[in-house]
Amino acid sequence: MSEHEEHTTHSQGFYLLIGAVLLVLTATTVGAAFVNLGPFNPVVALLIATVKATLVVLFFMHVKGASEKLTGAVVVAGFFFLAILLSLSLADYLTRSWR
Amino acid sequence: MSDSPVTAGSVTTMEHEAHNPALLHHFSDAQQQKNAASLGMWLFLVTEIMFFGGMFCAYLVYRVAHFNSFAAASQQLSIGMGAFNTAVLIVSSVTVVLAVKAAEAGKRKLLVGYLVVTVLLGMTFLVVKGFEYREKFERHHVPGPTFKFTDTFDDNGKQIPVNPKEAELFFSLYFAMTGMHALHMIIGCGLFSVLAIFAWKGHYSPGYFTPIENAGLYWHLVDIIWIYLFPLLYLISRHS
Amino acid sequence: MASTAVTANQAPKLNYLNNGHSLKSWLLTTDHKRIAILYLISVTTFFFLGGFFAMLIRLELLTPQGDLMQADTYNKVFTMHGMIMVFFFLIPVVPAVLGNFLVPLMIGAKDLAFPRINLLSWYLYVVGGLLISHVMLTGGVDTGWTFYSPFSTEYTNTKIVEAGLAAFVAGFSSIFTGLNFIVTIHRMRAPGLTWNRLPLFIWANYATSIIMILGTPVVAITIILVAVERLFHLGIFDPRLGGDPLLFQHLFWFYSHPAVYIMILPSMGVISELITCFSRKRVFGYNFIALSSIAIAVIGFLVWAHHMFVAGISLYAAMIFSFLTFFVGVPSAVKVFNWTATLYKGSITYATPMLYAFGFMGLFTIGGLTGLFLATLGIDVHVTDTYFVVAHFHYVMVGGVLMGYLGGMHFWWPKISGRMYPEGWAKLSALLVFVGFNLTFFPQFILGYVGMPRRYWQYPPEFQVLNVLSTAGSSVLAMGYLLPMIYFLWSLKYGPIAEANPWHAAGLEWKTTSPPPTFNFDETPVVTWEAYNYDEIPDKELEAPVVR
Repeated sequence: MSEHEEHTTHSQGFYLLIGAVLLVLTATTVGAAFVNLGPFNPVVALLIATVKATLVVLFFMHVKGASEKLTGAVVVAGFFFLAILLSLSLADYLTRSWR
Repeated sequence: MSDSPVTAGSVTTMEHEAHNPALLHHFSDAQQQKNAASLGMWLFLVTEIMFFGGMFCAYLVYRVAHFNSFAAASQQLSIGMGAFNTAVLIVSSVTVVLAVKAAEAGKRKLLVGYLVVTVLLGMTFLVVKGFEYREKFERHHVPGPTFKFTDTFDDNGKQIPVNPKEAELFFSLYFAMTGMHALHMIIGCGLFSVLAIFAWKGHYSPGYFTPIENAGLYWHLVDIIWIYLFPLLYLISRHS
Repeated sequence: MASTAVTANQAPKLNYLNNGHSLKSWLLTTDHKRIAILYLISVTTFFFLGGFFAMLIRLELLTPQGDLMQADTYNKVFTMHGMIMVFFFLIPVVPAVLGNFLVPLMIGAKDLAFPRINLLSWYLYVVGGLLISHVMLTGGVDTGWTFYSPFSTEYTNTKIVEAGLAAFVAGFSSIFTGLNFIVTIHRMRAPGLTWNRLPLFIWANYATSIIMILGTPVVAITIILVAVERLFHLGIFDPRLGGDPLLFQHLFWFYSHPAVYIMILPSMGVISELITCFSRKRVFGYNFIALSSIAIAVIGFLVWAHHMFVAGISLYAAMIFSFLTFFVGVPSAVKVFNWTATLYKGSITYATPMLYAFGFMGLFTIGGLTGLFLATLGIDVHVTDTYFVVAHFHYVMVGGVLMGYLGGMHFWWPKISGRMYPEGWAKLSALLVFVGFNLTFFPQFILGYVGMPRRYWQYPPEFQVLNVLSTAGSSVLAMGYLLPMIYFLWSLKYGPIAEANPWHAAGLEWKTTSPPPTFNFDETPVVTWEAYNYDEIPDKELEAPVVR
């Protein structure tokens, strides 16, 4: 029935490649943690984490190439409202006078 | 929001689907059922993001407020075990997508094999996590009346101005976040064990393997949460 | 509402109500309509339980001294009133009863997308309900429904963990309902039913579901953090460890402010249906009403800290949240203006559901406008934690939600039960509710403005007159709520048989029989018209009953 239009999975080699990239990124982020980058240590670590998460979402969870955009919209909405929670909470904490 | 209420080709597949025992009566065809299940799963994943989001929010707020103590406490975590576990989870995510691929190709034994490997990798993660927790108990890093924190020197032997109470707050968050993550891992392992049995019995076919796909999505999300937990808890405070 | 062609003998013999009579056929049903009935029964039970606690509060406040109960008991009574009414009545009531019944019918589907998850939602609700009843019978909770830390985490010795678990479980019931609605609305619409043809009730429930999915998990984890703090000494909110009790309030209100919109949005959807049907007009500004629901859902997530203006948040954050709060008034006002414009030059029928719709518009407007007072920082400092706040949110949550719910119950009762309710008694009850409500809560605005704080079991004697008025009003209100329950039950046996479409309304739910068959439609309907096209559908099609 739907084999042709639904074929969202990639080849085995591609998955192994993405897995390898993820492992390399993990090694990179661990290595970066031991280098003193000053205020950029957290930035680099979170950047690498975001790249890894994006790879997982796009290729393992098949958001890229999905037949509909709705899935992507749902993911974006989730992170958008998480960003609201974090940013508006910080709007309070970063401007408090008691610290 | 451009999804059409009637999927194209539903009429042609209708007769074919009449034999599909997995098709529930209130759906017009298997494609509609599959799309519904997939959207439902994604919405559930959003609830998981917000669920962990509350704890990420607490972590962010307190790290900003108690930076030095959080840095000192963070340096007591074992990067080795954390990194090993990250690698284990990434490999398990690969075995999960390969399982989905095997299901799509109708390779039953391969599917069962990948599912079993996934469960084993998940358990490996939990065992390593268990060793980490045991270390915390031994060093009195578990919040509560017995909590002690005396490690106020950073890796270079420099004294850090640490408030042990705030370090206890860090470990509270550490246990809350990794504990909730481990609980999700346990649920995932249970889920894949059941699916492996069903797959062995031949419940899934190239035309119907939605449960494998959806459990896979869940597993990847748990992986992603760890991908963020690892740098936030273990890595980013090595140099402060 | 003269009835025409349809009579009893044309209704099909088999419908969802008589398709199986055993207890098992109800408790293990996956039929969304039967699950709606299960919810109706359980939600009504908790409504009267919560109402009982409300009466205790009002009786205690009849006199300035604490003569009916003392402070400790009073704390538990208002906590149980709040918890039961919020988690077990207001949040589920319209989505779980009317939404469950109507969402598949209105979009021409056979059922919700996940019928078994729908049943699971109801069981989770029941488990939560049993837990809260257990808490109630074994000592109660005295923190208020808000569980503020550090009182909840450190000091109180009442059953916080159990009560939190009850809210947690009920929360998952609500998450699954929302998830089910969103998937159903995306995936199960009848052919031709495009997004801009959807009934506004569907839009409202869609927006509600978004909030349920995005907000509820945050309060769920917050409750867990309170529980682990009590059970395992993890000190997330513990000030002694440098934790911040205000963080609890941030996380709590991130859900609990949008939860107000979970309550009110579905009622707004009901009102859109009622106003169009009983003024025989196309709704004014369909797109604006539809999108204002989504706007309320989104903006509702940006305003939560207005509950914390005096709690010690930074002044700058307070200003941001005050500013944002005013914005949520805009889509709410859009709705009220559009309903009013729909009434203009409509041919209005003063049937009971319409009376409730009028009541809703008046009470919600008062509730909404006093909300703007509270959003203003200076005035909020003056009236925070006074009866002004109590009056404000009761005008929205009781005046709004209950008016919409009762209006909807009267409107769809013929569809749900297959019987008509007695119009005269119904009009009387609508009047009692409206008069009783205003008598109960309007004096509380004045009480709050002159400085009576909320959550106290006694007060200075000069506040007594207004408190007596309020208590008197609450007994009128109680009569107004009891009456519909009596005549709805009466109508099940003695009410006139309802036609398929007694109101000659336009929605898809009226194109099947009353009560509908188990799978709703014998043939999946094909939609070729806009919603509420009262001036375009020929009378013949409007009135034609769908009989095999």
